[in-house]
Amino acid sequence: MSDLAIHASGLTRTFGGFTAVDHISFDVNAGEVFGFLGANGAGKTTAMRMLIGLLQPSAGTARVAGHDISREAEAVKRSIGYMSQRFSLYEDLTPRENIRLYGGIYGLTREQIRERTAQMLERLGVSSVADTAVRGLPLGWRQKLAFSVALVHRPRIVFLDEPTSGVDPITRRQFWELIYEAASNGTTVLVTTHYMDEAEYCDRISIMVAGRIAAMGTPAGLKEEFKVESIDELFVQLARPAEASGAAGAGKAGGVGKAGETP
Amino acid sequence: MTALQGLLRKEFFHIRRDRRTAAVLIALPVVQVMLFGYAIRTDVDDVRLAVVDPAPDSATIALRNRFAAGGVFRTVAVVPRTADLDPLFESGKAQQAIVFYPGFARDLGSGVPAKLLILTDATEPNTGSLLQSYAESVVNQWAGESGESGRAGPFGPARSIRIVPQSRMRFNPTRESSNLFVPGLMAFVLTIISSLMTAISLTREKETGTMEALLVSPLRPWEIIAGKVTPYLAIGFISVVAVLVEALLVFHVPLRGSVPLLLFEGALYILVSLSLGILISARTSSQRVAMMFALLGTMLPNILLSGFIFPLESMPAALRAISYVIPGRWFVAIARGIMLKGIGLEYVWRETLFLAAMATVLLVASIRSFNERLE
Repeated sequence: MSDLAIHASGLTRTFGGFTAVDHISFDVNAGEVFGFLGANGAGKTTAMRMLIGLLQPSAGTARVAGHDISREAEAVKRSIGYMSQRFSLYEDLTPRENIRLYGGIYGLTREQIRERTAQMLERLGVSSVADTAVRGLPLGWRQKLAFSVALVHRPRIVFLDEPTSGVDPITRRQFWELIYEAASNGTTVLVTTHYMDEAEYCDRISIMVAGRIAAMGTPAGLKEEFKVESIDELFVQLARPAEASGAAGAGKAGGVGKAGETP
Repeated sequence: MTALQGLLRKEFFHIRRDRRTAAVLIALPVVQVMLFGYAIRTDVDDVRLAVVDPAPDSATIALRNRFAAGGVFRTVAVVPRTADLDPLFESGKAQQAIVFYPGFARDLGSGVPAKLLILTDATEPNTGSLLQSYAESVVNQWAGESGESGRAGPFGPARSIRIVPQSRMRFNPTRESSNLFVPGLMAFVLTIISSLMTAISLTREKETGTMEALLVSPLRPWEIIAGKVTPYLAIGFISVVAVLVEALLVFHVPLRGSVPLLLFEGALYILVSLSLGILISARTSSQRVAMMFALLGTMLPNILLSGFIFPLESMPAALRAISYVIPGRWFVAIARGIMLKGIGLEYVWRETLFLAAMATVLLVASIRSFNERLE
């Protein structure tokens, strides 16, 4: 078995005349925390949706957990977990019921569900509200719970689509502790974000600009390569030309930050 | 525990915890039957009758007594002049009036056609014409009977032909409107629960983002759909049974045909409505839009063009042509046939075939459009 969790080559997606993702190729090693950075509309979410089987690629291929995303979509789905930008728990169900639902969907046995529910509630410190509707819980708790639920079937790879947007800095830090914990247990993590400080937490990052990968490497390596103080600075440097050409009407992606959220 | 069971349990939790919706789903059919049963009835019952009798004689008294005896008419006023009727009609105290002319008994005895005027409030045209013909039949019947007993009838035709024209309403002899509306109401209730609730509950998952989580899971599209719609199918079925029981117990609507056949046709109709709901949810992304589509696209046509309230026979050809693609039209025809006429599949196979064809086409289209969402 190869050590590659994800292998993408020439992955492309067009919507009409708009190329959201333009021939991107990258590898993610097993157990890595891989960050997908980019402005809104740069193509992060579209790329992720192709990898998890929600979108068919227009061109190119990718293998996730060793399975081809086009031909072995079912096998891919069984080996991944996913937490969407929008909240993926049922708000009128309790944490316990949510865990049981997703555990059942992923084919866990009754014993496994019971055992993992107890572990999870204990680890997150939410045992006291295990039987309160999720709706009534603070956003930070819900977010952490959603992450744990995405891991309930112990997937080899977990995809997180802007998991920390709209969360306060303290909860974001706690959330990243959970991500590290999952990674230390051997789970590969692919996370999209537009918080540049979070890039520093990743093993490796790729910065997407107008559908292409403009830079890829370790945070330290990138800073050295581009001779910048921070990832934030690098990002601005990379995004600026695209923005300018977008404003002039020549950019195919319509300019970073203007294209709106990925369709 | 299979994944599908988990999905079903979750959907029942949703329904149970959304108390307002649950209450509406359960109370709606029962309340609708009461509303339609009592408020929208077109039966001839408790008619407020005024009588204008300028010169009472034996014949006018006899006919007045006949009207009073039936239990259908209630004499609210007896006045001497026609002009006195205006305030009675205007205030709504009277719905109908019988106007006698002086010498009624004398004319009857001498063979001169006796004159009689029946006036009816036609603010509601349907009720009006119903009352009119009902009153006429009372007069004709009385004239015929008194003619047979040796005296001349009041009207030329009745007297000379000596046959009292009798019309009997077949299948609905008592002219109970509840007999007609209950089958239509079943279609209405099923449309609400199946199309509307399915569309709303599916788009709600899209709005909250949980649909993505389901789509990313190993669940197959048909499993997601089955998990979502089965509870509404069950509720739809329970509602049908509730409406039937209520109709039988409260309104004494006959159920002459086969109950299994009726339930089978009901299930077929539910399938058509559910598919429409899925189709709507696949094309819309918010609950509000889905609700508008379901109301305008399924409920209104099913009420207006199914023959539930407005008879198809009296519609312009263009509207009648449209009614052929309204599933409710076929279900109402089937349900009326089974309940009121007691006919079997040998008479409703054409309608059943139409419904089955619609169910197949819509189900395939809805699952396909649901799959397209993944691309």
